[in-house]
Amino acid sequence: MTHPLSAFAPAVTPPRLPASDVSYVVEDSPVGRLLLAVTADGALVTSVYAADARAEDVALQKVADAVSPRVLRHPAALDEARRQLAAYLDGRTRTMTHRLDLSLAGAFQRDVLTTLVAGVGYGQRTTYGDLAEAASHPGASRAVGSALGRNPLCLFVPCHRVVPAGGGLGGYAGGPGAKAYLLDLEARAATR
Amino acid sequence: MSLPPFQHLVDAHWRDVARLAHALAGPLDGDDVAQQAWTQALAAYPGLTSSRNLRGWLLTITHRCAMDVHRSRARRAVPHDDPASLSRAPTVAPVETDVDPALWARVAALPDRQREAVVLRYVADLDHRAIATALGTSPTMSRRLVSDALASLRLTLEDPS
Repeated sequence: MTHPLSAFAPAVTPPRLPASDVSYVVEDSPVGRLLLAVTADGALVTSVYAADARAEDVALQKVADAVSPRVLRHPAALDEARRQLAAYLDGRTRTMTHRLDLSLAGAFQRDVLTTLVAGVGYGQRTTYGDLAEAASHPGASRAVGSALGRNPLCLFVPCHRVVPAGGGLGGYAGGPGAKAYLLDLEARAATR
Repeated sequence: MSLPPFQHLVDAHWRDVARLAHALAGPLDGDDVAQQAWTQALAAYPGLTSSRNLRGWLLTITHRCAMDVHRSRARRAVPHDDPASLSRAPTVAPVETDVDPALWARVAALPDRQREAVVLRYVADLDHRAIATALGTSPTMSRRLVSDALASLRLTLEDPS
């Protein structure tokens, strides 16, 4: 049943809230739709592929649970991250210097991700097995693959540079096309 | 305790919060009340112990903010030659609405508790338990307030709950 009072529809606008504990933006890129989020102190805590609204919800809930439920859409807070990402994807820069926050990574995953960032530079590749060894977890190549598959900081932590020892490109959160695109981009820019 | 990202609450409920704020506080204060309600909700959010009925929680905060504005208006009240012209000043005179203005005038003329209850019931679409929480009373009293209000408004519509 509808009541006459329920038709009340004042001219209203959404609330204007200041940036809070977590600010995020979702945007399209040449490699796919990305969700980026920073903490209140400006460190990047999430950079993941979010192909649809469902994937976006899952990623946002992870940040809400791990950092704070005060999560707001605030594109301006991501300006620096987006600028660095655009320059990287254009081949204009080889290093992304944005401060990173590994709150969403487990202890083992942190080992793997920090070893990757420190040891495998632009245009280089490594294998799951070699990365396991470098991270002092020899023989743990499967676990390394799984840790990279759940990388909360895609592109900024370059998990696309890790490929199977037996050839081929291996898996990637953004899909095989995105992985090939990034490796090709870095290979071309590295030889210039 | 897992709470959804606050942005989901904003996206899902900002229109309801704005509607209730405007209905309770009028067009002049409605925006401020809604803004205040969101600011307070954001501050309190991580302390919530249940994610059930977040909409009811938001609308209860909105109601409280509207009453605060009402009270601070009353405190600032100054003597006036014609008190009748000031009566009910802060409430219910929506700018844009599909609702008959004559009906709104009658809503505005209701006693405070009846007006709040009927607005919470039909503008905010809250059930009597939620209204009782917002008004600090019992569901039985909420039902009575709403039915008295409807009687005063001479509305023949039935209350479904």
